[in-house]
Amino acid sequence: MTATERKLLELVCPAGTPAALRTAVDAGADAVYCGFRDETNARNFPGLNFSREELGSAISYARTHGAKVLVAINTYARAGDPAPWRQAIDDAAALGAHAVILADLGLLDYAARRHPDLRLHLSVQAAAASAEAINFYVEAFGVKRAVLPRVLTVDEIASVTRRAHCETETFAFGGLCVMTEGRCSLSSYATGKSPNMNGVCSPASHVSYRNDDGTLVSRLGDFTIDRSAPDQPVGYPTLCKGRFKTEIGEGHLFEEPVSLDVRTLLPSLAAAGVTAIKIEGRQRSRAYIKAVVSAFRKSVDALATTRPLPLDTLAPLTEGQNVTGGAYEKTWR
Amino acid sequence: MAMSDTRNISLTLGPVLFNWPVERWCDFYARVADEAPVDTVCVGEVVCSKRQPFFSDVLPDVIERLERGGKTVILSSLALPTLQRELRYGETLAEASQMVEANDISILPHLLDRPHAIGPLINVYNEAAARFLVDRGARRIALPPELPTASIAAIAAAVPQAVVEVWGFGRVPLAISARCYHARLHGRTKDSCQFVCEKDLDGLAVDTLDGENFLAINGVQTLSQSYCNLIIDVPLLAEHGVDALRLSPHTCDMVAVSKTFRDTLDGAREPAHAMRILRSLAPEAVFSNGFVHATNGALYVIG
Repeated sequence: MTATERKLLELVCPAGTPAALRTAVDAGADAVYCGFRDETNARNFPGLNFSREELGSAISYARTHGAKVLVAINTYARAGDPAPWRQAIDDAAALGAHAVILADLGLLDYAARRHPDLRLHLSVQAAAASAEAINFYVEAFGVKRAVLPRVLTVDEIASVTRRAHCETETFAFGGLCVMTEGRCSLSSYATGKSPNMNGVCSPASHVSYRNDDGTLVSRLGDFTIDRSAPDQPVGYPTLCKGRFKTEIGEGHLFEEPVSLDVRTLLPSLAAAGVTAIKIEGRQRSRAYIKAVVSAFRKSVDALATTRPLPLDTLAPLTEGQNVTGGAYEKTWR
Repeated sequence: MAMSDTRNISLTLGPVLFNWPVERWCDFYARVADEAPVDTVCVGEVVCSKRQPFFSDVLPDVIERLERGGKTVILSSLALPTLQRELRYGETLAEASQMVEANDISILPHLLDRPHAIGPLINVYNEAAARFLVDRGARRIALPPELPTASIAAIAAAVPQAVVEVWGFGRVPLAISARCYHARLHGRTKDSCQFVCEKDLDGLAVDTLDGENFLAINGVQTLSQSYCNLIIDVPLLAEHGVDALRLSPHTCDMVAVSKTFRDTLDGAREPAHAMRILRSLAPEAVFSNGFVHATNGALYVIG
């Protein structure tokens, strides 16, 4: 084996704060993605994200340590008011971001015209689930990488990657959307706030809890998302992870509270020709970032050798302490 | 802006989103062809390619029947094509003489520079996206149902040459997934589903554990349990530049629903009276209009 020199998969890690970004870089991230502190990105949470000044410093820090910074501007610009989104693209370019991650046709068009040298990544929020869709973005805007929606099996990822005229990136760890990302209005149906328009899903501002004789009722807007008995764990009421009922049966109709962990599938993803793997969680703590990035660094580095893949336990960090291979395994469907 | 006339708003019957038995499907379109005052009818499977074989034999007859009835027929494409046969189907659709409505970006290369429609499942959230698509041949844009009137107006003003349509009646498509929730609920997977979705002709109601009416599942699609109903909002929509309203088929009498909308648009019926008629036509349905009023989609906003 002479593969030890080969970098098999680029490790793309989240950062919600400048401190988290430094943590991710120090733990071995090849690239870190982050967003500005406003509704231009899909993790528009209170206390999170970067000012222009912070992003500038972060890019310097990352560059010094051999890492890239990708700026997510991946909500859809508000009709009649594109200025905040265009400004975000202009500023990311001026600050020297390695790439911007976009989903909106209007913003992709703007970026391609205004900043022809700026590297464009297609956000998962664009939901390009086939080589045909990806190649549309490549031809129209010169997109260099597409982040694949979490709807494909590993075989399908291989097929899409083979036929796509740009690099592909897939999710490897963290929160798991069961719905196709960028094509889900469940949150705005219940709260008026959506990932596409506001950069939030099931926002904390609309969450409330009620105690019903010991049963904890988690609510989002006007709807009960879950009822937990005293001995049951209580999760955050993310809409699609709740328990609901129909005339046929009740329970987690859409998905259990689980997290994605594809470390055992890394050799298959590398063989599929995927360029980069992405860890979800810009809203997570530095301790979380450190543990997850370090574990993935070890796994990715081991890929280039004949050593068995190390699988440090990350279960305590996952939602409901459960992990899944998600859509990468066909039976998930 | 001058007071706009609702009489200029046309009606589009959206594709049947549910897994109806083929006989019901044919009878439905025969009646629409003869009796429904809609200008445009979208036909074709959008949600699940496994349902397509049931309809492919009768589709040409249905199209011909609708065209004989004076309707403009639009062919709807799949919402989430990932398999090779699903992607090829999109390519085949694009060869038809009828206009095609794109419900996924993957079909757009096949439609480049020929007149086509953009469906409500493609993300057009602003005027720049609308202009980009119109420049490439889109003649109609059905906007995502979660858009408020402020966005609708900005988009409509930016593409005056295109027909801008909004979701006007029926359960609202809220999400699409690789996973089939009907199959999951029956302890099956998408591949072994045995078409359990065929029992729920308007989708399967999903309530919260506290009994609130919430969502509806339709195979891989999740819809609102409430029926969007913009009959009262018709003057507001006209003021904001809406050119067409989409009525999404349900098992209630859609001919009567479309007549009620047409009469109201023509000024022949008071919106409040029309609302009472729609209530009697869909007595089980809870109505909502929150999205166009920039609030929770589940709400019904008065005034």
